[in-house]
Amino acid sequence: MFAYYAQLGFRSLKRNPVLTALMIVVIAVGVAAAMTCYAVFRATSGDPIPQKSSQLFIAQIDNYGPDPDDPSGEPLPWITWRDATALYQAHKAPRQTALYPVGGSVVFDRPGQLAWPVRGYAVQTDMFPMFDVQFLYGGPWSSADDQAEARVVVISQDLNDRVFDGANSVGREINLDGTLFRVVGVSRRWTARPRFFDLDAENGFGDMGDMYMPFGRAITDGRWPDGGNVCNRSYQPGWQNFVHSECVFISFWAELPDAASAAAYRQYLVDYSNAQNRSGRFHWEPNVRLRDVMSWLAYRQVVPLEARMGMVIAFAFLGICLINVVGLLLAKFMRRAGEIGVRRALGASRRAIYAQFLFEAGVVGLAGALLGVILTGVGTLCLGLVFSPVVADLARMSPALLGITIVVALASTLLAAFYPTWRASRVQPAWQLKAG
Amino acid sequence: MDMPIRPILSTLRHHKAGAMLIAAQLALTLAVVCNALFVIHGRLDRMSRETGIAESDIMMVNNRWVAPLSDIPARQSADIATVRALPGVADAFITNAMPLVGASWQSGIRRTPTGPNIESRGIPIMFVDEHAVPTLGVKLVEGRNFRPEEVTRISESGSPDAAAIIVTRTLARKAFPDGGALGKQIYIGSIGARPSTIIGIVDRLHSPQVFATNDDHWQDVILAPMRMTTKGGFLVARAQPGQLPALMKRIPEALKAASTQRVIPQPHGVLSFTDLRQLAFRGDRGLAWMLGGISVVLLLVTAAGIVGLTSFWVGQRRRQIGIRRALGATRRDILLYFLTENGLIAIAGIAVGIILALVLNRWMMSQFEISRLNMFYLAGGILGLLGLGQLAVLAPAIRASHVPPVEATRTI
Repeated sequence: MFAYYAQLGFRSLKRNPVLTALMIVVIAVGVAAAMTCYAVFRATSGDPIPQKSSQLFIAQIDNYGPDPDDPSGEPLPWITWRDATALYQAHKAPRQTALYPVGGSVVFDRPGQLAWPVRGYAVQTDMFPMFDVQFLYGGPWSSADDQAEARVVVISQDLNDRVFDGANSVGREINLDGTLFRVVGVSRRWTARPRFFDLDAENGFGDMGDMYMPFGRAITDGRWPDGGNVCNRSYQPGWQNFVHSECVFISFWAELPDAASAAAYRQYLVDYSNAQNRSGRFHWEPNVRLRDVMSWLAYRQVVPLEARMGMVIAFAFLGICLINVVGLLLAKFMRRAGEIGVRRALGASRRAIYAQFLFEAGVVGLAGALLGVILTGVGTLCLGLVFSPVVADLARMSPALLGITIVVALASTLLAAFYPTWRASRVQPAWQLKAG
Repeated sequence: MDMPIRPILSTLRHHKAGAMLIAAQLALTLAVVCNALFVIHGRLDRMSRETGIAESDIMMVNNRWVAPLSDIPARQSADIATVRALPGVADAFITNAMPLVGASWQSGIRRTPTGPNIESRGIPIMFVDEHAVPTLGVKLVEGRNFRPEEVTRISESGSPDAAAIIVTRTLARKAFPDGGALGKQIYIGSIGARPSTIIGIVDRLHSPQVFATNDDHWQDVILAPMRMTTKGGFLVARAQPGQLPALMKRIPEALKAASTQRVIPQPHGVLSFTDLRQLAFRGDRGLAWMLGGISVVLLLVTAAGIVGLTSFWVGQRRRQIGIRRALGATRRDILLYFLTENGLIAIAGIAVGIILALVLNRWMMSQFEISRLNMFYLAGGILGLLGLGQLAVLAPAIRASHVPPVEATRTI
């Protein structure tokens, strides 16, 4: 029976090659547009650290008070050195780290060679286990190193390749801006997309940094934050004054294993803010936030505007394409009302008619899916025209995307075929035979 | 044209599904296309903003000095002297920010020492010296340029309260709506800042950021006569006419020859302003192409759908058309019949489409910081789609009008 339907289906498709081709192209174009935009959306809206994202929290404390110009009432994304230090010393979370981006230059002994720019983060040692950083050689520095503000550094595999030709460099020294730092660890290549702990450079889609140094060391050395900072109160010039001012530039991350500990930590932030009120530093109701990774990404609107807008427009486009295919299939099927009438009169059941036309639609859907996959591939290659190279690179064609594309194309076609097929199966044989 | 509407409507009742499909398609197409065109217009508008500088002769080196902060002033002075002495260089200066580079220092500004901010958003500040105005080629419309003795230093954590400043015309008007901003004082940055006297007003200078908003905030810039003691900075040079390509090589080579204790990032370390413009607007241009492409394909798909369904109807009604022709209807009557039928469907679809377009626009306003849909686009979209529908239906309608009256006597 199936072979017979296939034969009928192919014959009918061959009978109106233009209409068939039109349907295939419309499905393919609609699916490709939707899938290309979905690829970007998926790549930018994913969970960067799925195994931990519900346990990692970033703390925000409003140290400026209500701002009449900003009705949202949201605290700034960073906190002050003073608050970061207080939270760190309170040690209310099993693991915690203050963090800010720093830049520097690796200076080489070889004469005539330009220094190499590096970007990285000033962190405390808990950061490595918190963010699941894996090590190729060595490991994190010790808590004692944090206390002593030791001149130690963890470098990335890439930087290790460049400076030490990939050898085990643990214990060796690296010259950062004229100061020698001892390498304690070389991190394996790792990625967090988006880079949830630093969303300010490259909109959060850059690399993970090439060096990590103790937070205290970076502050003492006066390493200027290589990201954003906001100063809404005056302070005397100079690094020390900047650090001790109300200027915010530090992210504070805490690992809280369960909901109870997160609630307790949130309460701690409120208590801390209240204590600042009592000491006269704040003059407002506590305005604190404790967001886990996914809420943080949502709040900071990490998904590029172009990706979100593209998604909306492209899926509307797919919808219109499907309506179009419904119309074309309806025309195609109803044109054969006479044939259906004859088949029904000769004993074919409604179900048989249904199967036959659904099969015909399935063939169109499959062809549309194949063409759609090809067009999606072309589309993802062209993403560099719209998005930054980092984002465009994320949204490459993958087996998963391929699978989703085929499923979406087939599902859309069958969805579109549902109504025309139903109409075809309702054809009254007697009426058709009489009219014929 | 006395085309009876009633018979058409009663015929349509027999093709409810098809008519509704075409109407729905037109409605969605109108909603998507006029919003997409509106977004494209906004992006093109942003891309065509004039920066106010001599773009075609300007290049910049994004330089990072490898030296302790205490050595930075000397390194900066040496480098800028090196660049200014090169053949082909008209003038040069060092700054923290340039139009279109992205981020920059921003501050609130006030008319009084402790009063409210004039503008709720931060005002970008470019730290420059007396060479900036001639190098950039910005037009001073009032007042004067900085004098060398007015140029001071600022640290990364310093206060940008320069004694003398130059502002753009839009900012001058915002600070002093009644005019006469020249010679007046404003307060930049934190409470406690010293007053800054406006000594010059430039016609136009694009902010380092590319703002999405429609107002003229993109033209609000302060030039402060300060050189920032910071490890990174832009060396900006203006080439003598025709010398830019040569300078793109000559300047970085001269800098490397002067000292290797520096980092010039790859890529984008050495950029002509034209390159910078390309980079800054890549997303806008790309989005415009993407939405434009989708709109064009969408119109084609919609037109193809109309052709397909109408052809089917024509095929289905050959006998009826033959009967009408036999009873005296002219070819023109048949043609008009199908055009009118399509027109009626299109009007119904477009009526729904107008509502959808406004709803989509409202939703996009809340999501994407775009402004209210310009009614010009809606009107354009309506006329365009009506035209497209008529055009699409023309071929099948003409075929219908050629159905001979003898068709009435034939069976299928």
